[in-house]
Amino acid sequence: MSNILQAIDVHKAYESHVALNGVSLDIPERSIFGLLGPNGAGKTSLIRIITQITGADSGEIRFRGERLNPRHIAQIGYLPEERGLYKKMKIGEQLLYLAQLKGLSKADATQRIKAWIDRFDLRPWVGKNVEDLSKGMQQKVQFIATVLHEPSLIILDEPFSGFDPINANLIKDEILELREKGATIIFSTHRMESVEEMCDSIALINRSRKVLDGPVGKIKDTFKTNTYEVEGKGRLMVIHPDFEVLEHKERENGFFYDRIRLHEGVTPNDLLRYLIGQVEVHAFREQIPSINEIFIRRVRETMPESLVEENV
Amino acid sequence: MDKIWLIVQREYITRVRKKSFLIMTFVGPLLMSALFVVPALLTQMGSDEKKIVTVADAGGLFAGQLPENEKSDIRYVHAPPDLETAKAEFKKSKNSALLYIPPFDLANPTGIKLFGRENLSLTLQLGIERMVNRQVEAARLRKSGIDQQVLDNLKADIDVATVNLSAEGEKSSNSMVTSGVAYFMAFLIYLFIFLYGVQIMRGVIEEKTSRIVEVIMSSVKPFQLMMGKVLGIAAVGLTQLLLWVALSSIVITGVSAAMGLDTVTTSRTEQIQTAAQSAGATPAETEKKTAVLLQSVSEGFANLNLPLIIGSFLFYFLGGYLLYGALFGAIGAAVDNETDTQQFMLPITMPLILTFIVAQSVMIRDPNGPIAFWMSMIPFTSPIAMVIRIPFGGVTAGQLLLSMALLIVGFIGTIWIAARIYRVGILLYGKKVTYKELSRWMFYKG
Repeated sequence: MSNILQAIDVHKAYESHVALNGVSLDIPERSIFGLLGPNGAGKTSLIRIITQITGADSGEIRFRGERLNPRHIAQIGYLPEERGLYKKMKIGEQLLYLAQLKGLSKADATQRIKAWIDRFDLRPWVGKNVEDLSKGMQQKVQFIATVLHEPSLIILDEPFSGFDPINANLIKDEILELREKGATIIFSTHRMESVEEMCDSIALINRSRKVLDGPVGKIKDTFKTNTYEVEGKGRLMVIHPDFEVLEHKERENGFFYDRIRLHEGVTPNDLLRYLIGQVEVHAFREQIPSINEIFIRRVRETMPESLVEENV
Repeated sequence: MDKIWLIVQREYITRVRKKSFLIMTFVGPLLMSALFVVPALLTQMGSDEKKIVTVADAGGLFAGQLPENEKSDIRYVHAPPDLETAKAEFKKSKNSALLYIPPFDLANPTGIKLFGRENLSLTLQLGIERMVNRQVEAARLRKSGIDQQVLDNLKADIDVATVNLSAEGEKSSNSMVTSGVAYFMAFLIYLFIFLYGVQIMRGVIEEKTSRIVEVIMSSVKPFQLMMGKVLGIAAVGLTQLLLWVALSSIVITGVSAAMGLDTVTTSRTEQIQTAAQSAGATPAETEKKTAVLLQSVSEGFANLNLPLIIGSFLFYFLGGYLLYGALFGAIGAAVDNETDTQQFMLPITMPLILTFIVAQSVMIRDPNGPIAFWMSMIPFTSPIAMVIRIPFGGVTAGQLLLSMALLIVGFIGTIWIAARIYRVGILLYGKKVTYKELSRWMFYKG
C-alpha cells in the first residue's frame, strides 16, 4: 500500500520552544491514521505544516510522492480543534463560500451542499445565521465544510469534542464511509481511547518527538506480554515452570480470576490444557495492552521518571 | 486571483447587506447636508436677536446721538453719565454690557471701560471697539474740519479678480471655491480612511475570535485573505461614497427648493449687500457687486479642472485607503480584541491626523510651498496633501506621477509588511504583542 503523505525529518521551532524535532511519518493511503500525544506535544504544529498554514523550518512533506505545494490545498480537508464559522453568515452561503475557496465550482458546490444538508437533517436551518444554531448543529456544519470538496486527505483535530454521543456516532459512521470511498483520515487527539478502535495505524508524539508509530495491530503485538486472563470455577493451583501467575483473585462461590504470563515458546493451548485438568474454565483471553498503556510505558522508557507524571 | 475575488465578494456582500450600512447610507447625506444648511439657517435666526449695550457717556463722545444700524447685531441705549448710577441701573437691566466713556482727551483717549455680567464674547467686544474707534475717528475728523459726507464719498471697496496665468491661457479663479473643494476632498479621504480602516481591523479581529481563520488559512494564503478583505471593504466604502454624493445632492436640492429661494446663496447675498451698504455704496452698486461675486463663484467652479480633480481624488481616495487599510489589518492580526488595539493605532493614525491639521492651515495658504510639496510626495501623507494641492493648480504632471508612483510603492510596501505580521499574528491567541515582537515577525521565516 502506497503512502498518501510522508513527513521526512520535520523540524519546527518557535521563539521559545521546539515544536517538532525530527519527526518522520508515513501515512498509508485509504487508512485512518491516529496522531496521538498529550497536549502540547506538537500535533497541531505538524497539522498546520501539512495544511500549509505554516511552514517547516527544515525537512519535507510529500503528498503522494510530490513535494507539498499549494495545488494540494484542494485535496486536503481540515477540521481544526478550535471550531469556528462566520457568526453572521447564513449556513448555505457559508458552506458555498468555504467550498469555493477550496476550488469547487459554484454549481458543484451547490449540488453537494444540498446532499449533505439532507443527510444531516439541516434543511430547516439553511437560511439561518450560524449564531442562531445550537453548538452541535454548528459542529455538523463545520464537518460538512471539511469534507464538502471531497478531499483525499481529511485531517480532524479532536473530532469528537463537543459532540453528544448520538452525533458522535453519526460522525464516526461518516468517517468510516469516507474511508470506504477512498479517503485517508488523520485523527489528532490526546484522548487515545476515543479513536483507538477506529485507527488502522498510529503515531505517538511526545515532547516534539515521535516516540512510536506503525499499524495498530503490529504495535500491540510488539507490546504484548504474552499474558492471559482466565476466569473460572474451582481451586486453581499453578505450579509449573512455563507459567507465571501475575495476579490471583478469589471470588464468591468458588469463582476466580487470574492473570498468567507464559514464558518464551509456550503457547496458550499449553496453558489451557493445564487449566482444564484442574478447573472449569469460563473465560480465556489474551490481555492486549491499550494504546494508552503502551503510550505511558513508552513515555516512561524515554523520559526521566520525574517528568512522567506531568505529561501523562 | 480567483480566491481573492471570492473573498472580495464575500466581504462586500455581507457588509452591504448589513442594516448599519443602510442606516449610514441614509443618515450620512442628511448629516452632510446639515453641515451646509444648518449654518445658513443659524445665521438667519441669529440675526433677529440683538445685544443691548448700555452707554454711560460722561465724556460726550456721542454728543447725545448713539449710533444706530438696522443691520448690526448691537443696539445701544442711553444711561445716566454718572458711572455709579449707570452701574446700578445696568445691574437691574438685562442688557449685555455697559460701556463707560469718561471725560477724555481726543488726541489720546484713555479710561474707556466695558463692563459685562460674565465674560463678554469676543465678537461683542470687537464690535463695540470698532464702533468706538469710528466715533473717535469721526470726532477727530470733525475737529480737523473734514465733513463726514466727503469722507464717505472717498471710501473705496474693490474686489481683486484673481486670474491664473497658465499654459492654456488665462483663467479666472476663485480661491474661496478652490479652497472649499480642496478641503472637502481632504475631509472625505480622512473620514473614509478612518471609518473603513477600522472596519478592516474589526473584520480581522472577528475572524480571529470566531476561530474561522484557521479553516480559511488552510484554503488561502494570508496575503490573499488580506488583499481580498482590504479590496472588498474598499468597494463598500466607494459604494457608500457614491450613494452619499447622489443622495446629498438630492437632499440639498430638495431642501433648497422647499425653502423657496436658494437659502444658502440668499443669506450669503444679503450679508454681502449689508457689508456693501454699510460701506456707503448705493443699492445699484451693491446689486452689481453681488452679481459679480456670484458669477465669480460659478466661474470658479467652471474653471476648476474637474476631470483631473475627480480622477486624482478617486486615485488618492483608494490609494490612501489601501495603504492604511493594510496597516489596520495588521493591527487586527496582532491583537486579540479591540481594547488592545490602542497602542498600535496611535502611530498609524498620527501621520493622518497631522496631515489633516497641516492641510487646513499651511497647505491651503501655500499649496505649492515646500511643506505641501513634501507632504504630497510621502505616501503616508500624500492622499490628503495632494487633493489639497490639485484644485489650486501648480502641480506639474511630473510631480503628480511621481507622487502616484510613490503611493503605489508605499501601498505594496505596507501590504507586504502587514501580510507578514498577519501571517504570524493571526494564529496567535491569548498573547499580548509588543513592537519588538512585531518587528521580528516581519523577518520570520515560515
